Amino acid sequence: MATNEHELEHLVSRKYKHGFYTEIDSDTVPPGLNEDVIRFISAKKEEPEWLTEWRLKAYRHWLTMPVPQWAHVHYPPIDFQAISYYSAPKRPEDAPQSLDEVDPKLLETYDKLGIPLHERARLAGVAVDAVFDSVSVTTTFKEKLAEAGVIFGSFSEAVREHPELVRRYLGSVVPARDNFYAALNSAVFTDGSFVYIPKGVRCPMELSTYFRINAANTGQFERTLIVADEGSHVSYLEGCTAPMRDENQLHAAVVELVALKDAEIKYSTVQNWYPGDEEGRGGIYNFVTKRGDCRGANSKISWTQVETGSAITWKYPSCILRGENSVGEFYSVAVANNLQQADTGTKMIHIGRNTRSTIISKGISAGRAQNAYRGLVRVLPTAEGARNFTQCDSLLIGDRCGAHTFPYIEARNPSAQIEHEATTSKIGEDQLFYCLQRGLSEEDAVNMIVNGFCKEVFRELPMEFAVEAQALLNVSLEGAVG
Amino acid sequence: MLKIKDLHARIDGKDILKGLSLEISAGEVHAIMGPNGAGKSTLAQVLAGREGYEIVSGSVEFCGRDLLALAPEERAREGVFLAFQYPVEIPGVNNVYLLKAALNAIRKHRGEDELDAYAFMKIIREKMQLMQMDASFLNRGVNEGFSGGEKKRNEILQMAVLEPKLALLDETDSGLDIDAMKVVADGVNSLRSPERAIIMVTHYQRLLDHIVPDVVHVLADGRIVKSGDRSLALELEAHGYEWLQQAVGT
Repeated sequence: MATNEHELEHLVSRKYKHGFYTEIDSDTVPPGLNEDVIRFISAKKEEPEWLTEWRLKAYRHWLTMPVPQWAHVHYPPIDFQAISYYSAPKRPEDAPQSLDEVDPKLLETYDKLGIPLHERARLAGVAVDAVFDSVSVTTTFKEKLAEAGVIFGSFSEAVREHPELVRRYLGSVVPARDNFYAALNSAVFTDGSFVYIPKGVRCPMELSTYFRINAANTGQFERTLIVADEGSHVSYLEGCTAPMRDENQLHAAVVELVALKDAEIKYSTVQNWYPGDEEGRGGIYNFVTKRGDCRGANSKISWTQVETGSAITWKYPSCILRGENSVGEFYSVAVANNLQQADTGTKMIHIGRNTRSTIISKGISAGRAQNAYRGLVRVLPTAEGARNFTQCDSLLIGDRCGAHTFPYIEARNPSAQIEHEATTSKIGEDQLFYCLQRGLSEEDAVNMIVNGFCKEVFRELPMEFAVEAQALLNVSLEGAVG
Repeated sequence: MLKIKDLHARIDGKDILKGLSLEISAGEVHAIMGPNGAGKSTLAQVLAGREGYEIVSGSVEFCGRDLLALAPEERAREGVFLAFQYPVEIPGVNNVYLLKAALNAIRKHRGEDELDAYAFMKIIREKMQLMQMDASFLNRGVNEGFSGGEKKRNEILQMAVLEPKLALLDETDSGLDIDAMKVVADGVNSLRSPERAIIMVTHYQRLLDHIVPDVVHVLADGRIVKSGDRSLALELEAHGYEWLQQAVGT
C-alpha cells in the first residue's frame, strides 16, 4: 500500500511536472500563450518562484490591455496566439556550416560595412564552432571585469547568481503593467543582459567590445537591466551595424537603466534588423520600451541611437530625472527607406530640482517611408529650475516620403526653460548639383549630405561605431536618389 | 577649347537661349554681359549640366568632346568648373572634407593617385593664403553661416584647388564690397594661365576693372548680339543696355 501510494504520488507529480507538454518536443512550445506556457518558460530557466509569479501577474494584466493604436504606423493586427514563445537555440547542424551557404546579398552588405571577416560568420548564423574560437578573448574580458567588480552576463545567469539584485531592480523603471508590449515582454521574456557596476567604479571598457564578441541569440523578447551604483560609470552598446538574420517578426524588448547618485550610464544602440524587401514584405516589427531612471542626485543617462532597420520601429528611450541636478540626453538618427515606418522619440520627465535634458533628433526619410518624431517633455511642479533643449530635424529624400513631428510639452513649474527647434528640409537639388559640379558622384554626394546632417548624433557614438554607423547609413540609403 | 554652336535651350517651356554661339580658346578670358533675364546664368547652368533645362538644338564641344552628352559630375571631372552665383550651404559637412573628396574624385578620373591628408593639407594651406582665408574656415560647414564675401571667396578657393580647364564665374562680383572684390579678383587673376579658359558672367562692368577680359560679349534675349574688346564694356557702362538694344535693333 505504501509503495502504491508512493508510486501514485510519483505519477501525479510527474504528470504535474510535465503538464500538457509531455506530448511535445521538450525544447519548444507550440504557438500560443497561456499561463502554462509562462510557467514552462520560467521552469526552463530554473527561475525562483517570485519571478514566475511576477511573469504571471504581468500576463494577467496584459490580457486586460488593448493593443495600442496611437503610433503613426500601420500594420495588420498581430495574432499573439500564432507566436511560439519559447524555442531552444538552433542546433549547430541546422545552421549554415560555412559562409558559402549564406545569402550572397548579405555577404555583400557585410563587405560594404567593412565587418571583420571573423564576425561575418557569426552574424550570418554560421555554426559557431566552425567559425572561430572566442573563448580566450572572452576570458580575458571576464577577468578584467571581475577584477573591477563589474557583473555582466546574461539575464538568466544573473537571476541564478544575483537574484537579490535582479529582484530589487527588475520592473522598477518599466513596471510590468507599463504598456501593452512591456507587459507582454514581462510575461514571456527569454533572455537579455544584466549589468551591475559597483559604487565608485568606472567600467574598465566599453561593454560594446565584449558584447559584440559574445552576443548571444537573445530572441524576440529581450530583457536588459543595467544598474550603475553611486559614483559609477558605464558605456554600453547594443546591437550591431550588420544586418541580423531573424525569423521572428515581432520584437518587443524592454531595457531598464538605473543610475544612482553621481552615476552615469551611456547607452548606445545601432539597430539594423531586417527591414523587409522593397515592398515591405517580411520586415521586423520592433516595439521596444526603453527607460532610464536618474534616481540619484547628479546622475546622468544618455541614450544614443542609430535606427536604420526594421519594417516598423516604435520606441521612445526615455529618462526619468528624479535626482537633483540629474541630466538626461537623447541623440537619435532614424532612417526610413522604401516602405519602412518609424515612430520614435523620447520622454524626459523632470521631477528633481535643476534637472536638465537635451534632445537631438534627426529623421531621414526616403522612398515611400514615413518617419515620425514623438517626444514628451514634462516638468513636474517639484522640478524647480528645470531646463530642456530640443532640436528636431527632418530630411526628406525624394517626394514620396513623409516626416512628422509630434512634440508634447507639459510644464507645471513656472521656472522651467524649454526650447524647441524643428526643421524639415529636402536634400536640395541645389546641394546635390553643387556636389556633382565639384566632381562627386551622386551616391557620394547624398552620403556626404546625409552624414553632415547626422553629425551631432554620430559624435556621441563610441568611436569605432561612429565610423560603422556612417557606412551603415550609406548602405541603407543606397539607391534612394536617382 | 569650347565651341558653342547655335544653342537653343528652354526651361519650363520657356525659351531662354535662342541660337547662342561662342568660341573660346585656352588662355583666354571672356566676359559675358547683358541685362537681367538675357540668359547669362542659364548659359552657365546649361554648360555645367544642371537638370531641368531642355536642350532644343545646337551643340557644345569641349576639348573635342560632346559636352552635352556628359553627366554633371563627368563634366566637372573633365575640367569644367562653375563658381556659383548663390553657393549653397551644406550643414555639418566640413569645407575641407568636400574639397578633398572633390579633388580626389577629379584626380582619380585623371588616373592620378588620390592625395592623403598630409599632401592635401599642404596644397590647401597655400591656396588659402592666396584667398586670404583663415584656417578655422576649413572645419566650418560648407558655406554654413558664411557672409556673402566669404561664400564667393570659397568658390574661388575651390577653383584654385581643383584647377579646372574651363572656369565659369557666375556673377562672382555680386554681393561683394570693394575689398572682397579685390581679393576675389586677385585670386582669379592668379589663376589665369595659357592652359585655362575663363568665362565671366556679370551684369556690371566694375568686375572687369579688376579682371581684364580679352573679349567682351553682350548677351541679349538669348543670343550674343555684340562682341568686342574691353572698350565695349565701357561703352555699355556709359550708355546702358538700352542703347545697345537700339543699336542692334532687338
